[in-house]
Amino acid sequence: MAFISSGYNPAKPMENRITDIGPRHFTDFLPPVIKKNFGKWLYHEILEPGVLMHKAESGDEVYTVRCGGARLMTVTHIREICDVADKFADGHLRFTTRNNIEFMLESKDKALELKKYLNAQKFEGGSYKFPVGGTGAGVTNIVHTQGWVHCHTPATDASGTVKATMDVVFEEFQNMRLPAPVRISMACCLNMCGAVHCSDIAILGIHRKPPMIDNKILDNLCEVPLAVAACPTGAIRPTKIEIDGQKYNTVAVKEERCMFCGNCYTMCPAMPLADKEGDGIALMVGGKISNRITKPAFSKVVVPFIPNEPPRWPTMTAVIKKILDAYSADARKYERLGDWATRIGWERFFEKCDLEFSEHLIDDFRDPAYYTWRQTTQFKF
Amino acid sequence: MAKHKTPLLDQLESGPWPSFVSDIKQECDSRAKNEKGIEFQIPADCPDDLLGVLELSYKDGETHWKHGGIVGVFGYGGGVIGRYCDQPEMFPGVAHFHTVRVNQPSGKFYTTEFLRQLCDLWEFRGSGLTNMHGATGDIVFIGTTTPQLEEIFFELTHNLNTDLGGSGSNLRTPATCMGMSRCEFACYDTQALCYDMTNEYQDELHRPAFPYKFKFKFDGCPNGCVASIARSDFSVIGTWRDAIRIDQKAVAGYVGGEIAPNAGAHAGRDWGKFDIQKEVIDLCPSECMSYEGGKLAINDKECVRCMHCINTMPQALRIGNDRGASIFVGAKAPILDGAQMGSLLVPFVKVDADNEYREIKDVVEGIWDLWMEEGKNRERLGETMKRMGFNKIIEAAGVPFDSRQVQEPRTNPYIFWKAEDVEGGWDRDISDYRKRHKL
Repeated sequence: MAFISSGYNPAKPMENRITDIGPRHFTDFLPPVIKKNFGKWLYHEILEPGVLMHKAESGDEVYTVRCGGARLMTVTHIREICDVADKFADGHLRFTTRNNIEFMLESKDKALELKKYLNAQKFEGGSYKFPVGGTGAGVTNIVHTQGWVHCHTPATDASGTVKATMDVVFEEFQNMRLPAPVRISMACCLNMCGAVHCSDIAILGIHRKPPMIDNKILDNLCEVPLAVAACPTGAIRPTKIEIDGQKYNTVAVKEERCMFCGNCYTMCPAMPLADKEGDGIALMVGGKISNRITKPAFSKVVVPFIPNEPPRWPTMTAVIKKILDAYSADARKYERLGDWATRIGWERFFEKCDLEFSEHLIDDFRDPAYYTWRQTTQFKF
Repeated sequence: MAKHKTPLLDQLESGPWPSFVSDIKQECDSRAKNEKGIEFQIPADCPDDLLGVLELSYKDGETHWKHGGIVGVFGYGGGVIGRYCDQPEMFPGVAHFHTVRVNQPSGKFYTTEFLRQLCDLWEFRGSGLTNMHGATGDIVFIGTTTPQLEEIFFELTHNLNTDLGGSGSNLRTPATCMGMSRCEFACYDTQALCYDMTNEYQDELHRPAFPYKFKFKFDGCPNGCVASIARSDFSVIGTWRDAIRIDQKAVAGYVGGEIAPNAGAHAGRDWGKFDIQKEVIDLCPSECMSYEGGKLAINDKECVRCMHCINTMPQALRIGNDRGASIFVGAKAPILDGAQMGSLLVPFVKVDADNEYREIKDVVEGIWDLWMEEGKNRERLGETMKRMGFNKIIEAAGVPFDSRQVQEPRTNPYIFWKAEDVEGGWDRDISDYRKRHKL
């Protein structure tokens, strides 16, 4: 493996250097029919799950076939996607904000042929490569984070929990039979690299044990004031400690004040908190981003903890399925999951979803907590 | 032959949803065979070792990736994230396994030519594993070694005419919905604005100078497909001020059952015949619609542009013509101080490419001045807002105070009056007071 240079010369880093050019201009990549009708679209229709038609003022129509992707993709797989685009869509494609892949074609027949083709492609292990769906009143692809694949702070895996969940709700990806769209999102720790806090159903990795303190190395690895300032509850203070006759500058944690956010670990690698038994998943529901009918809303925690059960997280997926089924059976047309819960009342939500309510579900974090307690005699038995 | 046994991960190969495990395995095979005779610049078996370390995490219930480390390209502070495995002896192929963020094109359209170029680069100088795309929107290249970073950057800028994205305490790679490219609801050209703002603020994107991360996201309409109101410090959401355009003939088409409601989104279940009263009029949040004598009427002055009627009858109803955007600030996920939704700062702004979006940029720069001065380390704008009060942000942005900025006026009368608000100011003389009031 000889080192091959592209032309960068470390002795003269500024020579021929190009910086700050930004991304490629999006118009370099638009399919001709999209470019031609840019900003002049009249309306759209979902012809069948995963197949959309957009009509332009010019009378042009573009047919889009949408398929799911795992987000974590290899170049071999991306090249296969390119092969599909070359064969069917004149070498153009796009990714959606929820990691679906879209191919745009100019005839309905070709789109339906492509749908058939995509649904026939399988990995050696047996799963679909490009399942078509993810439109309308159904479950679309799950946005997620890195998890154990590539992140240093996760409380659970991301790709695995998502694969396990999508397998369980797969029929809802290929159908449009729910009362409204259901957006499931996944974040592997509270940092939430995504919009998990505003999703119909959110899978969230959480820690439950306070950080361990690596006293001997902390002062070499971290800025003590930053570690102290990192704690949102003021649970960390600087201290000195003697180990084997040697004095160390370090920090102490008031453990009863810790709410396991992991922010201290992000600032100070000498304060790890991940743990096999301590870590797991909280499920949140009822969030949304759209302004449609009701306002955007935060997700609410309805299951405070489910242990990590790799590789398939069966308890977690069973609860998600239970919530989805109860919603599907009971909600009105157009009613998002959170709007359904608000209408029937959260006390009834727990009953209908067969979920246990516990002390961990009553907010006790700062001001926002107060606004979630009930101040009315209007409640249900 | 697999390098590591992965009995737990192998269970994720079954089931219908695309298996990332199967995909990584095919990459392992491809690199092992190396049919094109590529001189891989990082260990050829790194995907094998990635599966190995992931299997170990599945067994241990813990991650095996170490905390960051400072790596990057010369002159940039963002765009590359250092990543090291904490079991380098067991998994030498991923001992050093840095992430490279590449700025995605607005709306995430690609030609296969460009995608293949990215693939060739990443196969040669990286692990061959990517995220298409990361949660912030970037193309994410997962796994390379430090000596490759400048070479990757050289290739990206010289041959692919593209740049790195943001990471660290800086402007993160701006993201947008697909906008006018294929959506009839887009109230402004989100892609053009995203592209322009990304380029305008390259310095902020690549050289961390902020208290913490800062995200721009651009939604073309209140449907919010890119989730800007929930996850961007600065969210621009398309809207309009005039009347929804109505095609009464198409309304009749929906009522008569010739056109499927909601663009066919509910086709999977028999919900019964479309009932315009129940499904549109009664669900309007501001009750500004009526349907009488076969005619749909909208009292547009009372409309709050929630999009429901337009989404439900896209062939009959269209967004207005007097278009622009609303600006929301301060959204974030829970770390540190709890989740925050974006708060409405500017109800309406014209999105004007002719003056290079000056009105929007003035708001951004006013806010940045305040936040960079007053923001604490690791404090998102939303938290600075909460600590200092929204009024300070409105002042810094240089925009008028407006009843639309609140859900309701304050319920406490603890108003922070300023000396200049009060006649005579705050300077008073106690001895003068004592002349009137004896002790």
